[in-house]
Amino acid sequence: MSKFEFPKSIASRPVWGTLEPRQGEHHLMIADAEGAEAVLDIATPDLMAKTHLIYIPKGTDYVERLQALNPAQFYEGPSYEAALQRIRRVLEDAHMGLQVYLTGTEGMMGQAMNEVMTVGLPHTAIQTEHRGSAARRMQCVHCKGITEDVEVDPFVCSHCGLNLFVRDHYSRRLAAYQGVRVDAEDHGNLPEPKGIYE
Amino acid sequence: MTIQFNDESFRDDYTFHNSDWAIKRFPFPFHEDSYMYSVNMEQHKGGPEGSVYEMRFDVDEHYVSEMKDRALVLDQDPLRCQSLPHMTLAGWDLLELIMVSKSEDYPDLFELHRNGNQWRWINKPMGIDHSFTFMDETTLPYGPMEYITRQAQGDFVVLDQRDEMLWMDAGMVTTQADWSLDFDIGMNFFEWHAPVPKAHEMGIFKRALKFLLNIQQGAPARRLNWTMTVNPLLDTSPENYHQWGIQKTTLTPENIGHKQHLRVELQTFFRLPRSNALVFPIRCYLCSFQDLMTAPKWGRRLHRVIRDLPDELATYKGFIDNRPMMLDYLSQFDDGLPTSAGVWPDLETEPPLAK
Repeated sequence: MSKFEFPKSIASRPVWGTLEPRQGEHHLMIADAEGAEAVLDIATPDLMAKTHLIYIPKGTDYVERLQALNPAQFYEGPSYEAALQRIRRVLEDAHMGLQVYLTGTEGMMGQAMNEVMTVGLPHTAIQTEHRGSAARRMQCVHCKGITEDVEVDPFVCSHCGLNLFVRDHYSRRLAAYQGVRVDAEDHGNLPEPKGIYE
Repeated sequence: MTIQFNDESFRDDYTFHNSDWAIKRFPFPFHEDSYMYSVNMEQHKGGPEGSVYEMRFDVDEHYVSEMKDRALVLDQDPLRCQSLPHMTLAGWDLLELIMVSKSEDYPDLFELHRNGNQWRWINKPMGIDHSFTFMDETTLPYGPMEYITRQAQGDFVVLDQRDEMLWMDAGMVTTQADWSLDFDIGMNFFEWHAPVPKAHEMGIFKRALKFLLNIQQGAPARRLNWTMTVNPLLDTSPENYHQWGIQKTTLTPENIGHKQHLRVELQTFFRLPRSNALVFPIRCYLCSFQDLMTAPKWGRRLHRVIRDLPDELATYKGFIDNRPMMLDYLSQFDDGLPTSAGVWPDLETEPPLAK
């Protein structure tokens, strides 16, 4: 099962929902990795005939099953960054009433949600569902660099190389959690890394 | 009185110091011998003569040096001052509020001459004499919020109000107690307070928000908050925590009296007239333990507060590891005598230390 039960947390951490098919003429689905399972769960021939599906496999093998749903448009992107220009182009033409479905990792959903909000679609038009990896997208508070898919705490900033601990604090604007130097008060004293939710 | 401005530093050699005048007017935050969170909001309409509460924007002996420190921080990290695009009008509101308040409250230091939208602003301590057009950004060297808050002590957060909520959509933040404007900008009131322990469960933020949403023009409010800082370091930012965090480990029983500082924030809240935004100045005052101990009442009380503070709060405020050493020091100044109610030092009426 690709569903992860998030433990209770502080108020800035996002809470993800469960997708359900909605009425409407136009539907945009953006999914990565195991997010494919959430799409498969709600897909009906009628819904998919009105859906543009943007999918980033991240090493999974759901593509054939998604294509078999016969979406009106299907795009497979090698990474979110690669898909981003296309997502922006699609949103440029978006009309009021477009229904948006985001599913998969937190990092992808958070970033895509920003794109959707930027073009002025109301948050009520966006549904989300977390599936798959509970890895986090982290911003180093010191150098501001983003490290994607962080699974352990502490971790090494992929930009400045400091050892950072993972704060629960989440910024929707950055679609990232905050990383803070773990050994700032005792240089070199690094706790053994463990899984973020362990 | 005319203020003598100190030439001092808040980093490296730390020449920051408080005069006797500054110690006596220090905003000691504990009105009783214990501390727990509360909304503790009151009207900000003046206070005893000479106190930090008297004027709308207090100016003290640290003004000029604090503004130099702010300029240094901004040179190193321009992200400390940010304003989302819809907040420019609130920036003009803030510029007006500060210029009008300072020129009225400190006419010997600041002058504002207005002829329609043609304004002339004179800031004598900083040597500024500048004519500009109000509401015309091209006539200022920075955006309006940045321009005026480079000339006003304390951090400034400008909160937009919409959907019965406050949004942190602009700010000048260089003297913060370990939070990041760059990370928090755009967040709502509950989101940016999310890391604070206990207070959510106590309903503090719900009540505070309700109060703040209803602040009216001309009726500002204030409260105090506090934490601990080793060395008189203004820029205790998370951005630079990887550099300053280690200073916490330099305390010894010999140096704690002058190295350990009580850090108090005088937080005020003003409604802005055109934008209906709320400005939230967070003014930081620092006082070393040894200077605080010159008031016997404060010595007795600080010991009791720090001793009885829940571990969770001492952890959140970042001094749990140093607390035993603090208590060893502070206990020398607690003879067990009762203390008078309220925050004032009561130097004339409180008994001297009896040990």
